Amino acid sequence: MEHIRTTKVEQVKLLDRFSTSNKSLTGTLYLTATHLLFIDSHQKETWILHHHIASVEKLALTTSGCPLVIQCKNFRIVHFIVPRERDCHDIYNSLLQLSKQAKYEDLYAFSYNPKQNDSERLQGWQLIDLAEEYKRMGVPNSHWQLSDANREYKICETYPRELYVPRIASKPIIVGSSKFRSKGRFPVLSYYHQDKEAAICRCSQPLSGFSARCLEDEHLLQAVSKANPVNRYMYVMDTRPKLNAMANRAAGKGYENEDNYSNIRFQFVGIENIHVMRSSLQKLLEVSGTKGLSVNDFYSGLESSGWLRHIKAVMDAAIFLAKAIMVENASVLVHCSDGWDRTSQVCSLGSLLLDSYYRTIKGFMIHEHIHSCQFGNFLGNCQKEREELKLKEKTYSLWPFLLEDQKKYLNPLYSFKSQRFTVLEPNTVSFNFKFWRNMYHQFDRTLHPRQSVFNIIMNMNEQNKQLQKDIQDLESKIKRHKNKQTDGILTKELVHSVCPESPTLKTSLCFKEQTLLPVNDALRTIEGSSPADNRYSEYAEEFSKSEPAVVSLEYGVARMTC
Amino acid sequence: MEFAELIKTPRVDNVVLHRPFYPAVEGTLCLTGHHLILSSRQDNTEELWLLHSNIDAIDKRFVGSLGTIIIKCKDFRIIQLDIPGMEECLNIASSIEALSTLDSITLMYPFFYRPMFEVIEDGWHSFLPEQEFELYSSATSEWRLSYVNKEFAVCPSYPPIVIVPKSVDDEALRKVATFRHGGRFPVLSYYHKKNGMVIMRSGQPLTGTNGRRCKEDEKLINATLRAGKRGYIIDTRSLNVAQQARAKGGGFEQEAHYPQWRRIHKSIERYHILQESLIKFVEACNEQTHNMDRWLSKLEASNWLTHIKEILTTACLAAQCIDREGASVLIHGTEGIDSTLQVTSLAQIILEPRSRTIRGFEALTEREWLQAGHPFQQRCAQSAYCNSKQKWEAPVFLLFLDCVWQILRQFPCSFEFNEHFLIMLFEHAYASQFGTFLGNNESERCKLKLQQKTMSLWSWVNRPNELSKFTNPLFEANNLVIWPSVAPQSLQLWEGIFLRWNRTSKYLDEAYEEMVNIIEYNKELQAKVNILRRQLAELETEDGMQESP
Repeated sequence: MEHIRTTKVEQVKLLDRFSTSNKSLTGTLYLTATHLLFIDSHQKETWILHHHIASVEKLALTTSGCPLVIQCKNFRIVHFIVPRERDCHDIYNSLLQLSKQAKYEDLYAFSYNPKQNDSERLQGWQLIDLAEEYKRMGVPNSHWQLSDANREYKICETYPRELYVPRIASKPIIVGSSKFRSKGRFPVLSYYHQDKEAAICRCSQPLSGFSARCLEDEHLLQAVSKANPVNRYMYVMDTRPKLNAMANRAAGKGYENEDNYSNIRFQFVGIENIHVMRSSLQKLLEVSGTKGLSVNDFYSGLESSGWLRHIKAVMDAAIFLAKAIMVENASVLVHCSDGWDRTSQVCSLGSLLLDSYYRTIKGFMIHEHIHSCQFGNFLGNCQKEREELKLKEKTYSLWPFLLEDQKKYLNPLYSFKSQRFTVLEPNTVSFNFKFWRNMYHQFDRTLHPRQSVFNIIMNMNEQNKQLQKDIQDLESKIKRHKNKQTDGILTKELVHSVCPESPTLKTSLCFKEQTLLPVNDALRTIEGSSPADNRYSEYAEEFSKSEPAVVSLEYGVARMTC
Repeated sequence: MEFAELIKTPRVDNVVLHRPFYPAVEGTLCLTGHHLILSSRQDNTEELWLLHSNIDAIDKRFVGSLGTIIIKCKDFRIIQLDIPGMEECLNIASSIEALSTLDSITLMYPFFYRPMFEVIEDGWHSFLPEQEFELYSSATSEWRLSYVNKEFAVCPSYPPIVIVPKSVDDEALRKVATFRHGGRFPVLSYYHKKNGMVIMRSGQPLTGTNGRRCKEDEKLINATLRAGKRGYIIDTRSLNVAQQARAKGGGFEQEAHYPQWRRIHKSIERYHILQESLIKFVEACNEQTHNMDRWLSKLEASNWLTHIKEILTTACLAAQCIDREGASVLIHGTEGIDSTLQVTSLAQIILEPRSRTIRGFEALTEREWLQAGHPFQQRCAQSAYCNSKQKWEAPVFLLFLDCVWQILRQFPCSFEFNEHFLIMLFEHAYASQFGTFLGNNESERCKLKLQQKTMSLWSWVNRPNELSKFTNPLFEANNLVIWPSVAPQSLQLWEGIFLRWNRTSKYLDEAYEEMVNIIEYNKELQAKVNILRRQLAELETEDGMQESP
């Protein structure tokens, strides 16, 4: 809290990023230990987690105040105008400090309290059972086994404790191989394809330099190929551009020499490293964030950012991998330099193409966990670090929250009919790759379709479930009535012995069709759309002099009259 | 002329047809006066049934005595025929070339086509100007129908009946016609019932270099303004282009003579610039081997989406003037038959819910394109594979359809029709068995006696069978003005047209089908719930009556 000088500033303006007419919302800005919060005059809240802030910028003072631009890691960009420069400066300084917390313990995840008790918390962490997942894939089996070589993180600090390796690979072989691999990351099982008995393995680059070799490493690779009873040769995919890999040889690293390894087919696939990717994304965001962008500037920016080229490269690599397994029945070993960025991308995307289980929500969570958490990402950088941080005691797992909320993430068009091993073969002709607007502009409401087919179908799916239930209810009620009536008629017949005239006709005439569920009229709504949002003309200033009275559509959701 | 003269070889056996994403088929190729037909004689189906008028260009190649003809269609499809025998191949190629470029309109297929369906409603009478005017006359009495152009004497590209301000008589209209390009005096295009504002369109004023003026013209357009109100003139040309037009006798409205009007210049391209854009765009889309950088730079260099953005922006601007500023608008470019119509018709899509229905869109096409004198015959004579470089060929109507598709994508529940409807209109504008898109204006259509001699496209489309294919399952009518986003991130390549033949859409089609299933199921369930509720209500009443008789 020592970084916070000002906790509340009033009369702050929030500008719309793409609007020409400098349309803004006025409200109050609050600074808490964990969040920046803006509440506008409609009581709409915008929460920004300090940890999400990528950069804060203070622009030159204007007549209306001091502009403060905050870029978030989730691609939100907010543009505030703070009336007094002093306040702006205080907030700016606080955010600078708060957004670059060096210590893990200061992160929000450590103070977040979702009112779960300890056992719920534990359950959440146990949701992802990796042993269970490997069992689903069909390991251990006669070719693959769990190795305890890394139980104390002695061989490789950045690997998890439990690792699957070929059954015939002895501990000395593993230890030997790990010494020949960058950061000790020796070849381990990433995904096992049960039907094909072929494996995806991962590791880091070999420390081969120009000529060095390691018999244990060669043995381990041979063990991997032998663990595949169908196909004796295996692919080694170096996901780096060839030039990068060659340059690494000068530093005593490099790539496998095909002559030293029996039965390997070596292949470069040319995915750029994280530095290139990072600046590519930066360039992309810069371009797409430009006000008044022309079509040509957008496409030339898209091209020069290289973003789609990188996406295509990762995709092509994953398809190569999936084909090696499906078509050639060959196992594949994937590495890059350290084997935790590009390798993760290719292995995870490859297994997603191969195994339809990973395309379910639960399956994808496990998938993410294996490929990102276990070997690399989210909080902490590896399992060892996460244990040291005592994440399981001090923080909560994301997965149970996503599962609880999964309705929001379900694809209404998903079909269970697809079998477990239905392999996806995406077409990677360049024209099939598109700028992902829903991701990079997720907070820029005005750029998206104003009616979402996806939401409509999702709601309709939900409504269908409710309707099915209603039908059951109604049917059972009707049944009960009918039973009662038959009973009633029987007793009456005994008394009157004349059947009364049916009242059906009369009642049905005055029966008014009931409106259905309340969900119904919310199904097709148009998100506020207005010409002011859309930069049609440079004459906007002239137009907006007398603000028209018909702007009721501007905010919130306008109900469509049916 | 007899077609038989042009057909030297009417039939060739053992021809192999190659189409992308289909296995090659061997069969018999037949050439008729209007069609190219290939049948493998299996299952009684024809694998290929192609209108000659749909053929844009052909290439021929020989390897030994095996000839290959590559046929490039106006709908962007490319197919290949392997024909054994050099002579046969040459004969077929020259016949196709001749039959696909017939000079005389009356030899075109619509004059020979005999429909196999029963005509429920004659499309030639579906959208009469009088009926369209009636839609307005309940709301306003400031406008009237004028028959001044009855014999097409005042303006050859206008229909016989137009809507003009009531206070302006036919004599004045004749004078104004001499002051406007092609005699296209300002006429009503759209009346906004919500506030009484209007869109008018015309040709450019013939001011010339010495600033000629025409009192009647000024009076006519001022007659559309309410007291104390200003209007906007949207010139679809840049100021520069408009100024240059003066040297050729054209020009634009001077502020001094039209003080109640504010002129806005936008810059919508025409003619060969659009045609070249289409050629480049389709070429880029047809190339499967481009790497990412090459694809993106080709996409950019084609400028297709830039044109889309410019047209949409101008239409939105016009709609904004009408709906938000409460100001009437006059729109023109040079002749008022290309960019002008793109803008007036798109503005109506934005403003007028009716134009987003199937019927309403047909009426719009009829009124703002066919009747308004867009020269379809000239503009759609050739498509993306042409190399004739004629000045008058341009994908003006296709750009309009693409813009509609962009809005449809952003408001997927606001249109009664789906993408297939737009694609169908594109196809028929370029090659058709119907007479609707023949000729360049009403005058030509009258002379050709299309109403008597050919079938209207609308007679076919508006049959329940066809309509069901073009209906958007998500449609729910709304009365809102819909403002699309024109940001480059929001505009997309129209895959249904441009990638249609370049990839399989099997999985996308499956997803669409699944969506339709969910919607149909929803309707079914709702109907069932209603029936059950009614049943229950009846039972409850019965019970009540029985308990207290």
